[in-house]
This record gives sequence, structure tokens and C-alpha cells, in this order.
Amino acid sequence: MARIAGVDLPKGKRSEIGLTYIYGIGRTTALAILEKAGIDKNKKIGALTDDEVNKIRTILQTDYKTEGAARAEVQMNIKRLMDIGSYRGLRHRKGLPTRGQRSRTNSRTRKGKRKTVAGKKKAVAKK
Amino acid sequence: MSRSLKKGPFVDSKLAKKVEVLNKANKKQVIKTWSRSCTIIPEFVGHTFAVHNGNKFIPVYIQEAMVGHKLGEFAPTRIFRGHPGVKSEAAA
Repeated sequence: MARIAGVDLPKGKRSEIGLTYIYGIGRTTALAILEKAGIDKNKKIGALTDDEVNKIRTILQTDYKTEGAARAEVQMNIKRLMDIGSYRGLRHRKGLPTRGQRSRTNSRTRKGKRKTVAGKKKAVAKK
Repeated sequence: MSRSLKKGPFVDSKLAKKVEVLNKANKKQVIKTWSRSCTIIPEFVGHTFAVHNGNKFIPVYIQEAMVGHKLGEFAPTRIFRGHPGVKSEAAA
């Protein structure tokens, strides 16, 4: 049972993978942390000793932004783009893709679920 | 792909020269430019550029946070005025 940075880590996973359940930690960072702590990356999370867990905790606290802090940083970056009125900021405001992808079709991740607009009425009996 | 570090950021040399002259004279003046791809460097902060958007010049006042972006990012080239037909629906 390991609880690090406010997240319960899965007991059955290898620690290299288990650490990525923390927001802000990916595979690369997870490996770097384990290397620094001197823990075998294949050791299951459940098998970690309290000592090892504490080691990971201190490394996280000193060197990395995780969870809330990491989320706040992302939000700050987006806010900065919006505040200076750059094109990317404008796209964020509108909830459209920011990196020049097409938005005529697709880009549903950014735009959310389809909102159907009623079709144009047929022009009837034109004189 | 990002630009080679060896070259440094792209700054329109003519534009940079104009800014330098203004900085030396301690003057502020709107500078008209078509150079949308010019990177904003710290020397530009506090100046106002009139950046061309293909139709007219958009005044852009350079703030500290804009450094590292391009001038063109602040002069949108397209104006989205809503989809045709939406207006009539709102009236109905």
C-alpha cells in the first residue's frame, strides 16, 4: 500500500508504471526517480518498503511538480496565452484546436460533442 | 520542426534597426510592418507595432509576456462573424 502525493498507487504494477498514475509523472520521469532512489524499476509497488516509498516522496517533493501544482502550471500557461491576446490564446478561448489543425471536420476532442444546427430551409416556389 | 539554435531567433533586421533608433532617441512611435514572422525580442517591449494582417494594420502594443512570440500571432488574419443563417434563427 503506497500513497504518494495524494494518489493511491496500484499495488500490482511495476513501480516504473505505477508512478505514472501521479499527474505530472510520465515514463521518463518515473525511471529517473527510481534510478535516483536506487530502486529496481521492475519491483512491484506493493513490494516497496516504507523506506523506499519515503525516498520517492522526498525526491518528488524536491525536484518535481505534481498533481495540483502541475495542473496549475498548465492553466497558468494557457491563461498567459489568452491574456496577451495571441492567436493560440484566442483558439483556447473558443475551444478550438490551437496548432493549426483543420476544424471544418474532426477536432471533436476540442469541440466536444456534436451540436447539430438545424439545416437551412429549402427555398420554396421561387418566382 | 523548430528552428536551429545556431541561427538564433528570426528578427527582421530592418525592423530591429528602426526600434534601435527609437530606443536611442528614447521616442515611442508606431512602426508599420509587414514582417509578421519577426520574433519579438526584449528590445521591442513598450513599443507599438502596426502589424499587417493582409488587409489593414493592427496596432499591437508589446508587453513583457509577448517576448518570444511572433508579431503575426497578435494580428489575426481571419474574422469569424458566425455561420450564415444563425442570425435568422435567433430572430425567429
